[in-house]
Amino acid sequence: MKVRIKFKKYGVLRFIGHLDVMRHFQKMMRRAEIPIAFTGGYSPHMIMSFASPLGIGLTSDGEYADIELSEPIQSEEAIRRLNAVAADGIEIVSFRQISEEKKMTGMAIVAAADYLVYDRENHPFFEGWEDCLTQFAAQKEICVLKQTKRSEANVDIRPMIYRLEARENAIYMQLAAGSVKNLKPDLVMDAFFTFAKSRTNQEVCVPLAYHRLELYANMGNETERNLMTLESLGETID
Amino acid sequence: MRKLALNDEILLKIEKPARYIGNEAGSVTKDLNEVEVRFAMCFPDVYEIGMSHLGIQILYDMFNQRKDTWCERVYSPWRDLDQIMREQHIPLFALESQDPIKNFDFLGITLQYEMCYTNVLQILDLSGIALHAAERTKDDPIVIGGGPCAYNPEPLAEFFDLFYIGEGETSYDELLTCYKEYRDAGKSRREFLERAAQVPGIYVPQLYEPSYHDDGTLAAFTPVSPHAPRTVRKQVAMDITHTTYPLRPVVPFIKATQDRVVLEIQRGCIRGCRFCQAGMIYRPTRERDVEVLKEYARAMLENTGHEEISLNSLSSSDYSQLEELVNFLIEEFQDKKINIQLPSLRIDAFSLDVMSKVQDIKKSSLTFAPEAGSQRMRDVINKGLTEEDILDGAGQAFEGGWTKVKLYFMLGLPTETEEDMKEIARLCDRVARRYYEIPKEQRNGKCQITASSSFFVPKPFTPFQWATMCTSEEYVRRAALVKHEFMEQLNRKSMKYNWHEADETILEGVFARGDRRTGKVIEEAYRLGCLFDSWTESFDYQKWLAAFENTGVDADFYTLRERSTNELLPWDFIDIGVTRKFLEREWERAMRAEVTQNCRQQCAGCGAVSFGGGVCFEGKN
Repeated sequence: MKVRIKFKKYGVLRFIGHLDVMRHFQKMMRRAEIPIAFTGGYSPHMIMSFASPLGIGLTSDGEYADIELSEPIQSEEAIRRLNAVAADGIEIVSFRQISEEKKMTGMAIVAAADYLVYDRENHPFFEGWEDCLTQFAAQKEICVLKQTKRSEANVDIRPMIYRLEARENAIYMQLAAGSVKNLKPDLVMDAFFTFAKSRTNQEVCVPLAYHRLELYANMGNETERNLMTLESLGETID
Repeated sequence: MRKLALNDEILLKIEKPARYIGNEAGSVTKDLNEVEVRFAMCFPDVYEIGMSHLGIQILYDMFNQRKDTWCERVYSPWRDLDQIMREQHIPLFALESQDPIKNFDFLGITLQYEMCYTNVLQILDLSGIALHAAERTKDDPIVIGGGPCAYNPEPLAEFFDLFYIGEGETSYDELLTCYKEYRDAGKSRREFLERAAQVPGIYVPQLYEPSYHDDGTLAAFTPVSPHAPRTVRKQVAMDITHTTYPLRPVVPFIKATQDRVVLEIQRGCIRGCRFCQAGMIYRPTRERDVEVLKEYARAMLENTGHEEISLNSLSSSDYSQLEELVNFLIEEFQDKKINIQLPSLRIDAFSLDVMSKVQDIKKSSLTFAPEAGSQRMRDVINKGLTEEDILDGAGQAFEGGWTKVKLYFMLGLPTETEEDMKEIARLCDRVARRYYEIPKEQRNGKCQITASSSFFVPKPFTPFQWATMCTSEEYVRRAALVKHEFMEQLNRKSMKYNWHEADETILEGVFARGDRRTGKVIEEAYRLGCLFDSWTESFDYQKWLAAFENTGVDADFYTLRERSTNELLPWDFIDIGVTRKFLEREWERAMRAEVTQNCRQQCAGCGAVSFGGGVCFEGKN
């Protein structure tokens, strides 16, 4: 039986990297005595995969881990037990049964992510930033220099930005995510601040905090997206 | 949200920020309003090393059981953060509260190896605590040292207010209680130190003064306060079954070196190897009750969520209930996919059978520690292991399917001849030959014999405490000689030989048996930038040489000088139960290559019987 766990990551846990969060989850499963299934062979390991690694420094309301159970357990009971053993800064939000299909695991289907970006001291980014953001979003093309380990290339990131808007002191953005196309929010902010500099002629340099809100699967197609949260694809186990 | 001592900018810039944020499962937070004593417990090395140390987990748990005490942890900031803290004047802080160490009542530092001594100074320096105990005021924490290196505390004497000699389970309650009493009564730091000197096992360096002969050797070591006892007796927890044990140890987020449940099955060792300090200072051997260990194993696996459990002791094969314990662990936990680690096992039919159940034979390797190549040399060091034992053990292992064997040796042992050195290579070759005796169709390709040698460092409170060391060049020559002999062997293609750094060995030698005058070398080396000396990438021997030069301390005096058994040694004021007479006797027997039987075969009268328990009273009731 496959199960999708949704969790929050906040507070000082933002400094715990993805691999260490996985290790923490493995220990949580044992402490909470969740009947998780193991792979076979000489060094068996838990069947567990995370939808999308979260970088160090980011917090999140919408992280996902898919696991396989060896026997069923009620959602409510599992959530209670896991939260009792989770470190301060990890909170299990839901525990839902998902389809057995291989291609439906979180890692394979994730298509988009929501982020909130704000100034770490919670000030406005700069004078008149909301208007500037509207102009920035209205561009047909946003070319940035994307660096990978081996090369760098000019990429138009505009098609990977699905939504971009001001929300109080923060910027909300919905970006392409997953193994096919993936856009990181800091790249968008770099581009935005470069754009702002060209308009206002002032250097924008504020310490930013990034918060992931949600991860989505695309249940539509390439041209007509139908984004659904990963959580909504599962059902509570009673 | 918890406050952090470091801001986001710093934490996002440095390597592994998880080292500095605390918040791990099992870490303890208390309400400051309900706490009277704040204790910072330090392992002066990087977090992943420090978090792997069982002793600190035991004391952390023990202190926090006291309602009036909050014990927190602190480790050496790695070089990247060290630099930032100096530039930005950020004081060193404890992981749990993130408060500056300077605000604590106690700073306890465990001393596990000599090469951490510059890190001790880093901890004091970054905390803003005066390096010299004599210069500290009532605003500074009481700095207390413990662990194996505290058995010769003299090189660090000037930097510590107190040393705790022995096992922490016994005297800390009394120490903390009288600290509270003295502080609340408004007594001075000096008055407290004089009171502490009367707590069993506590050594207060400021209350003693050494004097020296013209030739530089120690003439006298005398108390200069009526409160200071002439000898300080090692503390031992005699009933280790019912002493405290951390059933909810702290579980790090990042992978620590020891990322598993550790079950300490016994303390001490019956073997009496003459080079081994642990084998002497932890006498008498005491076993934990097997039923209690079973409960501990279950509770600790449940509480931590670790997927591995390891048995801890100096020689697991000598634990009388080993078979029962191991069978229990296998039956109980193997289905739950818990790995079982069995270090320090003698290779015999039982251990091979157990190992074939708990590990993948094809991948795992077997480890032997003959320590010396020739039988004569093994008799000198009293390693009760014959060549027959080794070849039989290896033979059984090869027939059981193993193909990889590791062997550990020491070079530079007392009385060592070229013949003894060459025997290292020849012994390895005989192990390999044993493998190729198996018919070709029954064996699994080639075997892999890996031999490693370290250079012997004489330690206080061992029969070899009088031994001389070699020069760095001589160590390298000996290693080269062994290497050359390996090339001469028939099975050289199945064998590999590695050896350790020689320069580090010399420093270890100086500080292991150093006196109070060597402290200024440590301070000078630290001032010159030495730090993390046990890490090959940061070890800078040239700076150390400069430190000796600048302070006028002669390293050879401590390493190459012949010590007579009449000489007063810097650590002679400590009473470990094992008598000096016994050590002298063993030193003489070593020179004659005479073997001494282990504690269970026949009591050798070492003196540890005075503690009134353990192996000395087995079967005597």
